[in-house]
Amino acid sequence: MENLFVIFITVFLVNNFVLAKFLGLCPFLGVSRNLKSASCMGLAVVFVMTIASFVTWCVNEYVLVAYDVAYLKTIVFILVIATLVQFVELFISKVSPTLQRVLGIYLPLITTNCAVLGVCILNVQEGFNLPETIVHGFAAGLGFTLAICMMAGIRERLEFAKVPVAMQGFPISLIVGSLMALSFFGFQGFFAN
Amino acid sequence: MGFSAEFQKGIFKDNPTFRLVLGICPTLAVTTSIKNGIGMGLATTFVLLGSNIFISLLRNFIPDKIRIPAFIVIISTFVTLIDLLMAAYVTELHEALGIFIPLIVVNCIIMGRAEAYASRSPVLLSIADALGMGIGFTLSLSLISFIRELLGSGTVLGYNVLTSFYEPAVIMILPPGAFLTMGLLLGLFNYISRRKP
Repeated sequence: MENLFVIFITVFLVNNFVLAKFLGLCPFLGVSRNLKSASCMGLAVVFVMTIASFVTWCVNEYVLVAYDVAYLKTIVFILVIATLVQFVELFISKVSPTLQRVLGIYLPLITTNCAVLGVCILNVQEGFNLPETIVHGFAAGLGFTLAICMMAGIRERLEFAKVPVAMQGFPISLIVGSLMALSFFGFQGFFAN
Repeated sequence: MGFSAEFQKGIFKDNPTFRLVLGICPTLAVTTSIKNGIGMGLATTFVLLGSNIFISLLRNFIPDKIRIPAFIVIISTFVTLIDLLMAAYVTELHEALGIFIPLIVVNCIIMGRAEAYASRSPVLLSIADALGMGIGFTLSLSLISFIRELLGSGTVLGYNVLTSFYEPAVIMILPPGAFLTMGLLLGLFNYISRRKP
């Protein structure tokens, strides 16, 4: 239990996926115009990351390792994630049209979100067991949501700021990201001893 | 357009990092030293070249509806190849780049070139496009990692340059420095391209 909590806090805050590991930067910069779309994107990522962690762990354990073809990991994982996203999309559109309307356009984008493949590969590399894997995936998604929502909140304010023309858009967002990464440094060494 | 025009396009006009702003994750993550930056750039170029050649060769055989999964399989095959090759021959670099080698699969530059260029162009031009984009990406990574290594550790390619009179600002090789360098460089490139129309 304690172990799971440490994993959760480490991935959520200390080694935040976006701000410390540089995973999932494309949506972090691309879908952070306003708070609403950012939180929907975050929700979709939490959802897919948790399921993808679970499924790829099972595939790795019972197929790849069992048949001694672990070197096919990258190919198999990305295909599993791409298929999974399609299934999740189908499932959601049948079960909850409301959720479909909220997450709809973000789900296809997630296939090429490197944070999802990243979390699956990290699970295997770190040698997590099944509960640890699920907590890791869930916390990584939440960490992503936290970062993207903070970013969207700041960018909404930036609309009214006088930013030099050359720095508008991506450049100023990256500078904001830099300051956010700096502040997340405060969490470093949380579980050092 | 001819071979050389396609080749030059990726280096300046459509530079993947500074003009198209694609593939930012590896750009920020691995540029802590010049060696890592160039290593990542070359690995990506290899994958881009391989996938562009194969996708261009197979462009008339892949049905339109399943083209994305087909591209993903081709790309990830080459990623697995370079992953195993680097693990065997340049172990140290492979460890330094870590998870970002398998993550070349989801680098938007490669999928972008496959979809926008290789799937509708002849092989020779696709090769030029891949080489141009790959070298453009490598050059951008070298530039960013040069700045970060110089300011962050006071070295260039591991040789001491500044350390006698300069206290290295460690922040530059930590995550905040990556965001800062990239943001300022992007701003600079915007400024330059706006100045000369």
